[in-house]
This record gives sequence, structure tokens and C-alpha cells, in this order.
Amino acid sequence: MTGRRTVVTGVGVVAPGGASRDRFWKAITEGRTATRRISFFDPSQFRSQIAAECDFDPVAAGLTAAERRRADRYVQFALACSAEAVADAGLDLTDAERDRAGVVLGTAVGGTMALEQQYVTVSDTGRRWLVDAARGGRYLYQALVPSSLAADVACRHGLHGPAQVVSTGCTSGIDAIGYAHQLIADGEADVVLAGAADSPISPVTVASFDAIKATSPDNDDPEHASRPFDADRHGFVLAEGAAVLVLEEAGHARRRGAHVYCEVAGYGSRSNGYHMTGLRPDGLEMGLAISDALRQARLAPEQVSYISAHGSGTRQNDRHETAAFKRALGPAAYRVPISSIKSMVGHSLGAIGSIEMAACALAIEFGVVPPTANWATRDPECDLDYVPNEARELPVDVALSVGSGFGGFQSAMVFRRLSGAVPA
Amino acid sequence: MTRAVVTGIGVVAPSGVGVDAHWRTVLAGARRTGPITLFDPTGYPTRHGGEVPDFDAAAYADNRQLVQTDRWTHLGFAATRLALADAGLPERATDPYGYAVTLASSSGGNLFGQRELQRLWGGPTRTVGAYQSIAWFYAASVGQLSIHHQFKGPCGVLVAEAAGGLDSLAHAVRVVRRGTPVVVAGATECPLSPYALACQLRSGLLSDVADPARAYRPFDAAASGYLPAEGGAVFVVEELGHALSRGARVYGEVTGWGATHDAVHTGPDAAGDPGQYARAMRLALDRAGVGPDAVDVVLPDALGVPRYDRSEAVALRAVFGERPPPVTTQKPLTGRAHQGGAALDVATALLAFHHDTLPATAAPDDVADGCDLDFLRGHRRPRSRVALVCARGFDGFNSALVLRGAAPTRGVTR
Repeated sequence: MTGRRTVVTGVGVVAPGGASRDRFWKAITEGRTATRRISFFDPSQFRSQIAAECDFDPVAAGLTAAERRRADRYVQFALACSAEAVADAGLDLTDAERDRAGVVLGTAVGGTMALEQQYVTVSDTGRRWLVDAARGGRYLYQALVPSSLAADVACRHGLHGPAQVVSTGCTSGIDAIGYAHQLIADGEADVVLAGAADSPISPVTVASFDAIKATSPDNDDPEHASRPFDADRHGFVLAEGAAVLVLEEAGHARRRGAHVYCEVAGYGSRSNGYHMTGLRPDGLEMGLAISDALRQARLAPEQVSYISAHGSGTRQNDRHETAAFKRALGPAAYRVPISSIKSMVGHSLGAIGSIEMAACALAIEFGVVPPTANWATRDPECDLDYVPNEARELPVDVALSVGSGFGGFQSAMVFRRLSGAVPA
Repeated sequence: MTRAVVTGIGVVAPSGVGVDAHWRTVLAGARRTGPITLFDPTGYPTRHGGEVPDFDAAAYADNRQLVQTDRWTHLGFAATRLALADAGLPERATDPYGYAVTLASSSGGNLFGQRELQRLWGGPTRTVGAYQSIAWFYAASVGQLSIHHQFKGPCGVLVAEAAGGLDSLAHAVRVVRRGTPVVVAGATECPLSPYALACQLRSGLLSDVADPARAYRPFDAAASGYLPAEGGAVFVVEELGHALSRGARVYGEVTGWGATHDAVHTGPDAAGDPGQYARAMRLALDRAGVGPDAVDVVLPDALGVPRYDRSEAVALRAVFGERPPPVTTQKPLTGRAHQGGAALDVATALLAFHHDTLPATAAPDDVADGCDLDFLRGHRRPRSRVALVCARGFDGFNSALVLRGAAPTRGVTR
């Protein structure tokens, strides 16, 4: 709107199989899956007993004792990611700059893990409707309100710009980066730590997805249970994780000589107005979101080098999404490499959108596209190039990522390589 | 620059259902907090709150919608329907991609979630129902509203504890400016379940005074914390040309907003950062293109916690100096509905201009030391018709919104 452009200058990731940016990238480009039998609790009673868990050590990640006490697991992920992203960006802000530096983070289910653990205590394992408030932990209110996510990151880095949590279910991760991008474009901030975090691997979440048979019941073979676009896919595999990007106004980045991964070139979102969990077979609204993002980026479908798919591995999602790509990109949909890293790191609900945007930034940086693991059998309705099983080296100038979530939210974002000098 | 105006207001709050009921409560200064009836609060130190009186959810949603959703979403169904009707818009969008909905929610579907947690942990089958996955999470209300009303533009859900109710209106303007002419914004809340209340008690900010008339007294020497509440307000925010072309009644324009963060946690030894709070107000005024002198009335956050009340007074004095505008708060009448409470203040400000009456403040009676502000002691006619609405969220969020009221409608009753 104002000609202000947003660039990505730092990346931080905590993902299953790799609790740092470099380990994450190595794992997904090697096609390693991080899905396994749930270890956080005994999952025997549940239909789906598998998940992609993070091997996360908050002490090693540099969290203070106070942060470890206060913050629920998903917030701890975000603290680790934001520190990694800030270090990666070489960000060292003056007091004046901190006033114009914000935090916008997404989460789908926030403090569910802590809320459930504490609930078990205060309700005497579900025996009491009128729970015993006195037995609640000191930080129980922070678990109730997911605003804690942005607050804790702002406190850690001393950022006084706009702070916000975006919670549009499974598109939260894209929508948070989109919101941050709009703040920068509109001149409301110069720097924003943007991303998302979720740690939903808790009995109530597992039970919730069991009830609607959304998650994979392939408990005998967890490593191969997340099978996006494969004919034998049986649902998504629940996961946890986080990613935080340093978004920066392009001129701000240029003046301090920052390394730029890419530009946030476009962001579109539409709702399908169709069903809380169902998807229109024709992919109309996701297609519209993609077209809007490309329009903002002033790019034609043929210019898209790579698509990071939502690719959750449910029957209906992968067909819906394939239809959306064809609708928005036309013949180009058949030529562009498409992959779903959920095949390896699972579906971390609100967080995954940001993890996938981190993957897009890294794909542009390194000229490698991560694969769709576990792909074995072609589904006639999923007939595009899903980069099966092995990463592909290719120059990535334009990466498109999409997300789709309960509530009907459909979002799309375009990252573009900056050639030559960073624009003013 | 594209301008965004409010053309519809839906109030579902302890002050009443509908703008008229809310305005009567405000004008009368009638306190609507009382004993919590949604569950038996006997064992809790805080036993009073603000509940929506005689709320009939079935009047606003069908049975299928009601069983799939929490009371918080029921309140959202009602507020949205009322706002659309107030704006003269149809129940279903005629141009779906020209409509969006962006609401704030600070804690999601609490009652529904607790029932399902109890079923999982205490029930014989150790399962949850099919709707838990779509009722508890923060996006439940927006998803349901998008489907029912066919709002298919860029929708959003914001969480900034109590400040997000204002942020949702600011974001609505961003969405309008990017080409979606009608955006439904605001917030409803229902934090009145046994477990949600237990969580809130841990914030250390709730009042445990047994007399509801004395329990929530912001800026008062007797301030003791706040009483929780449910409800809120939802607005139709519309591109000005779109509103004018269909002959819509305009309540006012959202002209400015600002958001900052203290980067300091809330706690027993903290009181926020009045410098950052003041900066949010100045950002909002700057964006609106008005100076502090032009402000007609301020609706403050009014947390009711002495150290936070004092720091809010410091922030307001920092912005307004020696010539402060009148300050009025109606939050003691309803209790504090988190993000819904901030949205309700926006409704009050717009209705004040609509009715050509700035309502008297509901508190304080005995001004606390350090809280000297120009509290509005009687109803008064507006002058500049510029309102500054302020809100703070737990753990450091500060937001401010500037509204410019439209000229009063002729013949409205006072």
C-alpha cells in the first residue's frame, strides 16, 4: 500500500527431528521422518497413538529458569526459535528501534497441554466439576490465555512494538506472518518477530481428533504413517513445533547490511464458508487465496518455482488442495514441484504454517526442495509432481505455501528471492 | 485514503442484549454484576461476575449450531446477528468475498472444553465428543460465523488478552483498506466456567470483595481488583463509500489506533509501563490526525487494581497534561469481559455520540491517591465528538483506538 516491502532476515525453528534451523533443514532434505509412537503419555487407549514429537531441551535452548517455570511448552519453543532467529538476523536494536519492533505469533490451541495437566489436578482427575482453584499452579492464567505466547517473546527481547497472537486454527502460522507483513507494509512496525508455535500432543487433543477420525491410525508403522498425496493415506499425524522469522522492512535491513533470505511478496486468505471440518472438493477458496497472493507479488503462475503444500495426508485435504493448485495455476500446476514436509514433521496445527514458511525461505536460500516422504502409490486424483521421497536441487526464486484449517480458513503466501541489491 | 466507518453494533453483555438495552443501563448507571449463576461459585473467593441477563441462545442459532459450540460462540452468534440487523444488512452476505469477520477471543470455549475434559478424565468411556475439535479452539466462533453468514473474505482471530477487542477493529480497517468492504469485528467472551474462573483467580487481579456493589471500583480508594464478565460487542465496519451508497446509518469512523507492548510481565510487583501505554495512545491520536486537545472523552481500561489504576492515570496525564478530557468508565456496571469488555467500550463511545450524550462514569466514588483524573460526574453533551478508548492486556499489551462520532441522529430519545 505504501511501497514498503517486507524481507526475511532471520529464521529459527524447533521441529520434530531437528530442534534448530540447521538440524531441521538437514532432516527434511534427507527425507527423514520424525513420526513415532507417543512417548509423552501412554497412548494405548486412543485410536491414533502416534505423533511427531520434538526432542527439545529448554536448558540447552538457553531458556532462563524463570522462563522455564512460567512458559508452557509451546511458548518455550517460541522463545527458543525467536532467540535463534534474532541471532541469525544479527539483530541488535537500539531503544528507538525497539519501539517499532513487534511480535506476531500464531497458535491453534495455545496452552492446551498445561491446561489439561492442571485440569487433572484441580478436578481430582475429572471427579469434580467445581474444581479446586487453590490447587491450580502459579501460572495457570498464562496457560488459559494464549496471548502469553507473544508477551513472553516480547519480554525476552524487550520489544515495544505491536504484539499480537493470531489464532485461526491450522492457518495460524501463515496468517501470523501475513499480519506481521501488513504491519510492516502499513508502517506500523519496522521489524516483527513472526511465526507460530503449538504443542498439542496431549490426551485431549489426541482424543478430539480420534473422535472425528482425522488422524492416522497406522500405529504399527509410525515412521511411515504420514503419507500426503499417497493413495494409501489415512489421516494426519499430530505434531508439535514452532518457527519464528525475523521480518524486516527492506530499507531497514539494507541499511544495517543484513543478510536477506527472501521477500514476503504476497499473502492471501479466504474462508470457504462451507463446513467447520469439510472442504469443498473444487478447492475454490484456496485457489482464490493463491491467486490473491500471486497478484500482490505480481507473479504469473508459471513463475512459481516450488509449492510447499498443506498436504496433511487426509483423504479429502490432498484432493482439495490438488484441485486448488490446478484452479489457481492452470497448466503450470502440472510442472511445479510440490511437497509436503508434514510427511516428515507431522501436522503441528497452527505452528506448521510457519515451519513451512521457514522451509520456503531455506529452499530459496539453498536451492533445494524438500521431498514428500512416504510416497509410494499414486492417487488418480492427486496427479501432480509431489517430489516423492528425495529432495531435489533446483533454483528456487518463488516459493508458494498454502494452509487450510478447521473453520474453513484457506491461506496462501509467496516468498520471492531478491535478486541484486535489497530495495530501498 | 480509504475510510472505515461503523454502521452496525450488536451488544450482548451484562448490560443487556441489543444496543438499546445497553444504552439504558449505561445512562441509568445501573450495576448488572451479581452472583455467578452459570455454576455454583460457593467455594471460590470470587463469587460475583457479569452475566448476560435472560440470554436465549435459541433465538440466534439453530439447535445444530448450538450443540456444536460453546456459550462464548452463542454470544457471538447473537452479537453478530444484532450487528448485521442494526446495519441493515442481510443475514447472509450477498457478496461473500466482500465480507469478512475478525473477532478477538482471549480464552476460547471454556464451558464446552471443561465438559469434554471431564468426560475424558472422569467419564466411563474416556473419550471426547465429535464437536470438541471445533468448539474449544479460539477460531471456533469466527469459523461458525463465516459459514453461517457467508463471510468468505480474509477472516481473522486475534488474541491480546483484554486489548484484542480494540485490535480487532484496527485490523478490520486494514482489511477494508485492502479491498474487503464489510468486516465484522469485535469480541465476545465467556470465561465463566469453574475451571476458567480457577485459572483467572491465579492472575491475582480478581476482586474477592463479597459485596458486588463494592467489588469492582476502578480508580477508587477501595479498589480491590475486577469482577469477570461474559459477553461483548460486535460491529459492522464498512468502507465509507459502500456505506453511503446503500444509505446506511453511520455511527462513526475508526480514525486511529495504536498498539505497544510493555515487554514486562504482569505481577504482584509490576504495574505495566505507563510510558509505553501513553505511546499507544499517542500513536492512535497521531494516526487519527488529532491532538490531545481535540479529545472529547476517554474510556480507560479501568482494571480496578490499585497499582494498575495509578499507572493508567500516569499514562493519561502524560498524554493530556494539564487539560485532560473527561474520563468515563462503565466497566463496573458489567464486569470485565476481557476482549469483549474493550469492544463494549467502543459500543458505549459510539452510542454516546449517536445519542448526543457522554454518560457519567460508574467509578470512582472516592478517588484513590494518584488517580486524579477529570472523571465525568454527570451526563454531558459531546463537543468535538472524538473518543479515545484504551485497553490493556495481561502481561503487557497496550492498545488505543480513536473514534470520530457522526453527527447525532435527529429525534433520538435521550
